[in-house]
Amino acid sequence: MAAEQTATGYIQHHLQNLAYGKLPAGYTRADGTVLSESTWTIAHSSQEAADMGFWAVHLDTLGWSIGLGLIFCLLFARAARKATAGVPTGFQSFVELVTEFIDKTVKDTFPHRNSMVAPMALTIFVWVFLMNLMDLIPVDWLPLAFAHGTSAITGADPHHVYFKVVPTTDLNATLGMALAVFALMICFSVKEKGLLGFVKELTLHPFHSGKWYIDIFLIPFNFLLEAVSLIAKPVSLGLRLFGNLYAGEMIFILIAIVFGVGALGFIGAGLLQMGWAIFHILVITLQAFVFMVLTTVYMSMAHDREEEHAHDQ
Amino acid sequence: MNINLTLIGQSITFFAFVWFCWKYVWPALLGVMQEREQKIATGLQEAERAGKDLELAQRKAAEQLKEAKAQAAEIIDGANKRANQIVDEAKEAARSEGDRLKAAAQAEIEQEVNRAKEQLRSRIAALSVAGAEKILSVNIDAKAHDDMIEKLAAEL
Repeated sequence: MAAEQTATGYIQHHLQNLAYGKLPAGYTRADGTVLSESTWTIAHSSQEAADMGFWAVHLDTLGWSIGLGLIFCLLFARAARKATAGVPTGFQSFVELVTEFIDKTVKDTFPHRNSMVAPMALTIFVWVFLMNLMDLIPVDWLPLAFAHGTSAITGADPHHVYFKVVPTTDLNATLGMALAVFALMICFSVKEKGLLGFVKELTLHPFHSGKWYIDIFLIPFNFLLEAVSLIAKPVSLGLRLFGNLYAGEMIFILIAIVFGVGALGFIGAGLLQMGWAIFHILVITLQAFVFMVLTTVYMSMAHDREEEHAHDQ
Repeated sequence: MNINLTLIGQSITFFAFVWFCWKYVWPALLGVMQEREQKIATGLQEAERAGKDLELAQRKAAEQLKEAKAQAAEIIDGANKRANQIVDEAKEAARSEGDRLKAAAQAEIEQEVNRAKEQLRSRIAALSVAGAEKILSVNIDAKAHDDMIEKLAAEL
């Protein structure tokens, strides 16, 4: 595909998701046709995808993330169903290894009683790892296969079929997960400390004098500080994963461009690709681990009452 | 790079997978692992106990072996003594039997000697009578001189 495209076009093509959304009536499409009425359709250009606004979904992101999540669920559920207390063999011992590792990590960082946190950590670690792992598949394989497969079936122009394989390079996916974690944080905070306790935590820290007529004036500053630190948690969680994987994928794309630059470029790109992929194995595991640990730490903070008591006295 | 509905979709997916793992994967896996831990713990305990039992049994066996050896030695000793006794008894019996046989033989010999003496005496008496008859050429009344010959013979 790169042959008849500019490098910029190639990169942009790789960074565009397969978006499905609604285009308004009178909209001029990428091929010049004008829509007579608002239509739900698949975007044929980045501009179209952008014009679809918020009410659009990235079919590739959701498809891969759900597919990989299902693989995780089915494999682990199968292992769990077949697991015996005897000598563990093959896949069972692998699953138990992962489970034990997660259990240990969660026990180290999460001292409270909540049966949901450890399975959530396991889900995050394996799921995010699997999504990151898609980054190691050569960047053109799946998009090309999908584009040509689609054009063979529907007759669509393969150049207008976008396909991103790694869900974690889509900000929607990482922020979506981070928002879910954020929602859980607030839920558990309110559940553990009560609504009043949660509000108190937001308004009476870190500055607290103990005299109400002074505290009243401190509330806005406290709230500003606490709100920023609270919001910063999911944002940094989502952006960290996205940034690492996006950058990683970008480098793979740039290396892929070098493949087309003569024989020397081909060999050099091959070596670069291999080196970066090997390094990336570390990155994808580490990012999955970081996302998992930070989620557990946030959960632990949501359950923590110590701070509240320390400041209330 | 547009923020859109995918965000919400991903959140829902996240909750769904977490819920599934929470309900169907984690408890089963951890249950199995804890059960195995328990099994291993009891296994180790039992092994320890078995080791102690073995040591005890070995000690007991050694003791019994020692006892048996002592008993065997005692029995052998007794048997030896009894054997010696039997031999002695047999010797004694043989000796007395020998003595008895010897005595009987001697008695018989004595009897024979006596008989021979008796015969000899009678023959000598007869011979002496015959000799005296010849010498004296007289018919000696045997009966009259029997007493004298008898005395003569007894002197032999």
